[in-house]
Amino acid sequence: MKLHIAFKILAILLVFFTLSAGLLVDVPALNILNETIRNLFFHVTSWFAMVFLFIASFTYSIRYLRTGSPADDLRARVFVETGMIFGAAGLVTGMLWANFTWGSYWVPDPKLNGAAIALLAYLAYGVLRNSLQDSIQRAKVSAVYNVFAFVMMVLFIFILPRMTDSLHPGNGGNPAFSSYDLDDNMRLVFYPAIIGWILLGLWMTEIRIRIANLKKT
Amino acid sequence: MKAWISTLTLMLLFLSSFAQSAEMADQMRADGKIYVVVGVLILIFAVLFTYLIFLDMRLRKVEKENEQA
Repeated sequence: MKLHIAFKILAILLVFFTLSAGLLVDVPALNILNETIRNLFFHVTSWFAMVFLFIASFTYSIRYLRTGSPADDLRARVFVETGMIFGAAGLVTGMLWANFTWGSYWVPDPKLNGAAIALLAYLAYGVLRNSLQDSIQRAKVSAVYNVFAFVMMVLFIFILPRMTDSLHPGNGGNPAFSSYDLDDNMRLVFYPAIIGWILLGLWMTEIRIRIANLKKT
Repeated sequence: MKAWISTLTLMLLFLSSFAQSAEMADQMRADGKIYVVVGVLILIFAVLFTYLIFLDMRLRKVEKENEQA
């Protein structure tokens, strides 16, 4: 996988745009949320980046099962690893945000528990990989498990929280963004922010894949 | 050399006395100094990205050496 230099430059520009515009743009003044509404540009976009990287990993796992190419197995593995970094960032930033808006670092909420279970499912992917010695067997078993982990992630983060009541915005029957009062100003930062963090994740993944390829030769 | 430094210091003192007496358009002190936070974030990420770019370049070098070998 080669990421064109234009995308790397775009990643830098968009992240800088997010950092400055994210703090300076006019946001709706809401009770309880106050200025923390700006976390939308950092916390929510972390999860978007994670989901994107996990989708990429899922795709490469499916491709591995069709082609049997070790390169696809490697990509699936590295995409899970970088996705986990963004997932961990999303979880930790969410805990900090929750403490100052809901009054506790962790509340027994379907969205929060679901996110934790989803991350544990992907953690198990790494454990599974390390427990298998034979490289072909490891690639096959972990590709199948990765498909399962992806389904679990979608189920626990996107479906189950919407079927019950949840404190977290975008759940309990709510459409995803209306409760944020996302106005045009915020959209102007939110969408570039998503692209920026995703591109940064792709760049990190690319570097790790290149290192792994060097190690092989 | 010493005269140089003292001249420079005097010039800076002279300039700073202007800054104190007159109201200047100082963005960094406006809006609860949020621009300072933005500046800090930009600096940190500038360092991180510089590191990432150097890492990328060094990796490319090793890749090229590897191809030749």
